[in-house]
This record gives sequence, structure tokens and C-alpha cells, in this order.
Amino acid sequence: MLRIECPHCGARDEAEFSCGGEAHIARPKEPDKLSDAEWADYLYMRTNPKGILAERWCHTFGCRRWFNIERDTVSHEILRVYAMGEPRRESGT
Amino acid sequence: MVDPSLRQSPLATLHLGGREGQPAPEASVHLAERRSVGKINLRADPGDGVLMNAFESVLGYPLPLDPNRTSGDGKRGALRLGPDEWLVTVPGGQENALFGALGTAATAAGGKHVALSDVSDARTILTLAGPRARDVLQKGCGLDLHPRAFQTGHCAGTLLARAAILLHQTGDAPAYDIHVAWSFAAYLWVWLEDAGAEYGVAVGEVE
Repeated sequence: MLRIECPHCGARDEAEFSCGGEAHIARPKEPDKLSDAEWADYLYMRTNPKGILAERWCHTFGCRRWFNIERDTVSHEILRVYAMGEPRRESGT
Repeated sequence: MVDPSLRQSPLATLHLGGREGQPAPEASVHLAERRSVGKINLRADPGDGVLMNAFESVLGYPLPLDPNRTSGDGKRGALRLGPDEWLVTVPGGQENALFGALGTAATAAGGKHVALSDVSDARTILTLAGPRARDVLQKGCGLDLHPRAFQTGHCAGTLLARAAILLHQTGDAPAYDIHVAWSFAAYLWVWLEDAGAEYGVAVGEVE
């Protein structure tokens, strides 16, 4: 089980959190101008790297706030916890 | 607002009445329900000093700003739920008056983005106390409850036996208030009795 450092509550067990998948995926501004392939790409295609991945997490059973983390998908090490809306690091995925 | 005469305990189906307050000399865990507690969910910007002072003058104590902390005493207090969210408790029956007073204070202070909700009947409070109370909780809760990490006046939203709870340590005995959703209360009570069976469980008088 992961131990995740919630920015508002401190370190808690993964069981208290929900994972919202990959972070920094912007919704297209004009969805009706996209082809089906482009829309499907936005909806379903994720990077799935072996290495550092930016993810959204929610502390569902604690403060119920969303935040971003950077996690190494090989070692499960959590490298960074940062607020929603903050940009990803250049060195990230 | 619910007519108080229509209120009944979520534990009514367990028929605990006959066991309440029975002497249990071997018991090292005391379990009870606090039925009559008014609860108000308050959301506001903690950076707005004027607003925070206005709430403090109504409540008589400051809202806690640090993570996992509470202020006030056992009867009237505030539990910090998140960076801009608190649960304010008052003796049952006083929640309407406090709700109005907080709303008036927020308006007078020019507070923006303030939300008040009466959530008195969303959750009930189970009280767990006694020398082995911590051991009972540790059977189903991943939180570090050792006194160096979790002390009187601390609170945390967490999981107990897979039920979402708000845990609040109210005394050094230790004693805990467990806020649990109405529909999970009977389940959690039965779980707590089972987890505490080896230490002896006494069913306390209902407040």
C-alpha cells in the first residue's frame, strides 16, 4: 500500500484516497470541431510510462480535496505532491 | 430541520436499551452513543481575518487552522475537516440559533464564499473510551493513534473497518468521538462490540 502525503492532512494510507488517473489532460476547447479519432484520443488514450507519471488523487475519506502527485511507476516512489492547477515539472513526463 | 420528537437512534434496531448503564466491572472499553448533538458544516476562507474574528466572537473560540485539530470543548467545538471547512458542534436543539448567528456574522463581516449547512442528522456520534479503546480502534483503522502522533484535541477523517468516519480524541483516558454516517452506525457499533469483546465492553448511558 502507498503512503500518500495529503497536502491538508499529512501522510495517510492509500485506502483513504481515490486515484483520478493521469493529470494535466486539458479538455478540448471546441469538442464539436474534433474528429472521432481526436475525441477518442482525448477520452481514452493515456501515456502509461515506465517511470515518472503525474497523477490526480483525491483524499476521499479525509479532507475530500483533489491534488496532483508525481509517482515513479517502477518504484512507486512519490516524488512530488502539488496543488491542482500547478504546472507539471519540465523534467516530468 | 427535523421535529425533535420524530428523532430516533440509528441503533434502535439493536435494542440496546436493556444494557445501557449496566454495571460491567471487568470492562475496559466503554461504548455509548451521543444522540443529541447539533452539527453545522461551515465553509469559509481561513485567510479572511475579519470573517474569522466574526465567527470567533459568535462561537467563543477560534476556528482551528492547523490540520487535524479541533478547538472548543466536548460540548461546543469546531473540528477542522479541510483547509476551508469545519464541523461546528453544539448541544442538540441549539443548532438553529447558532446557524442563524453564524449567518448573520458572516454577512456583517462581508464574508465572501461562505457556506453553512445543518448536518446534525447526517452522522451520529459513537463514543469509545477506556484503557483499551485505542487497541479496539487499531484493529480496523490505519491511522497512527499512538499518543506521540494523535492526542486529545486531534481529529481526522479516516476509515474504520471500511466505514468512513471522523475520529476525534476527546480525552486522555483515552476517549474518542466517532462520527459515522447514520446508515453505517449500527454496523460500526456491532463491529466495535466484536472488536472490544476480548477487553470487556460496557454499554454506557446515552447522552
